[in-house]
Amino acid sequence: MEVERGEVVGIVGHNGSGKSTLLRVIATALRPSAGEGWVFGNHLLRDAIEVRRHVGFLAHAPGLYEDLTATENLIFAARMLGISEDGIAPVLDRVGLGHARNERVRGFSAGMQRRLALARLMMANPGLLLMDEPYNNFDPQGIELVNEVIQDSRRAGGSALVVLHDRRQGEGVLDRVVELGRGAVIGTSAGSSKPLTLVSAGGMPH
Amino acid sequence: MPLAQDLRRVRAIIWKDLTTERRSKAGFNAVAFLGVLILLLFGFALGPDAEALRNAAAGALWLAILFSGVLAFNRSYQLELDGAALEPLLLYPAPRWTIFAGKFAANLLFVLLVEAIVVPVAIILFQVKSVAGWLPAGGVLLLGSIGFVGLGTFYASMASRSRAREVLLPLLLFPMLVPVLLASAEASSALLAGNPMQDAGAWVKLLIAFDVIFVVASFFAFDHVIEV
Repeated sequence: MEVERGEVVGIVGHNGSGKSTLLRVIATALRPSAGEGWVFGNHLLRDAIEVRRHVGFLAHAPGLYEDLTATENLIFAARMLGISEDGIAPVLDRVGLGHARNERVRGFSAGMQRRLALARLMMANPGLLLMDEPYNNFDPQGIELVNEVIQDSRRAGGSALVVLHDRRQGEGVLDRVVELGRGAVIGTSAGSSKPLTLVSAGGMPH
Repeated sequence: MPLAQDLRRVRAIIWKDLTTERRSKAGFNAVAFLGVLILLLFGFALGPDAEALRNAAAGALWLAILFSGVLAFNRSYQLELDGAALEPLLLYPAPRWTIFAGKFAANLLFVLLVEAIVVPVAIILFQVKSVAGWLPAGGVLLLGSIGFVGLGTFYASMASRSRAREVLLPLLLFPMLVPVLLASAEASSALLAGNPMQDAGAWVKLLIAFDVIFVVASFFAFDHVIEV
């Protein structure tokens, strides 16, 4: 399976088909039991740190520190990523959390936590977005925001892999959809904005 | 410069851990309370004999530090697990040693703060009158804490992936801590008894050797125990 620069690929499949596992392997959060993969020419295992520079992972759980404020969570992320903290206020405004920037995450709703996790992803500005069911816990404005983040990334030449439990969720955003079953690609189809490009059963080549 | 960037990451982890701890307060209060409680119980068990109390002071102090420290180490990783934040922490493009260094430094500061409470309590409760130099005594406390926290941070990371981490951590940690506890207690005992530093010297040398070997080994091995 190969994803081109600027391409947005949806991943669908039944429960247990390996959708989230695939994302976590590419994010280097899981070690693959077989096969190999590359992200922008970097091997998933041998060049894990370099892969992490290019990849942004929006997981099911927001992965935030509840006793830190929204701003402090992003300050920590910026320091760990080695990027400027100047972008924190604008990105919080963009995800609609500007009013809650100095509030502790402990008091946030699930949707607000999800928005903050999205803000962290936007701040990192990765070349490859990995999003695991990104529309969960979002209201219609939040869903629109997720789509904007994906489109912005695409315009900047970035790629995205988006796990969905319903392919209709990614309408207008996906270039193609890959269906997984029992850990393998079992089908592909064109998305709604661009025709199918390429999918193969082999490992990711350089 | 990569090293400067990595050191900024270490400082970020220290800042994050200590800020979280300062906000919640529950952790520090519980750990300090446990330390004082252990000293009180030892004091009651030994009775009013001043000589017996003074002889047991160093051992009781290090046991109080040991038990309260284990609570702190477990809590250090619990902060990451509570919000499922351990995975994002591991996915930052940073070498693993920066995570160990940050956690180690934050835990060391935490344990030293607890010691700032339990040491004066021990001096009062156990009627310690003479200490052969406050500076050497502080040095022994610091050396013992470095070894203790180094191993504690390492094994807590190993146990953090287990559901039974509260049970697993003492089982893994206590046997490995025997040399540092023995050396710390003996060196402290010699100093509390008013013996000159040369009586404690051999134990201090053992402590230094222990600290260097185990902290350095933990730095290198951390990459493998925390790896996905």
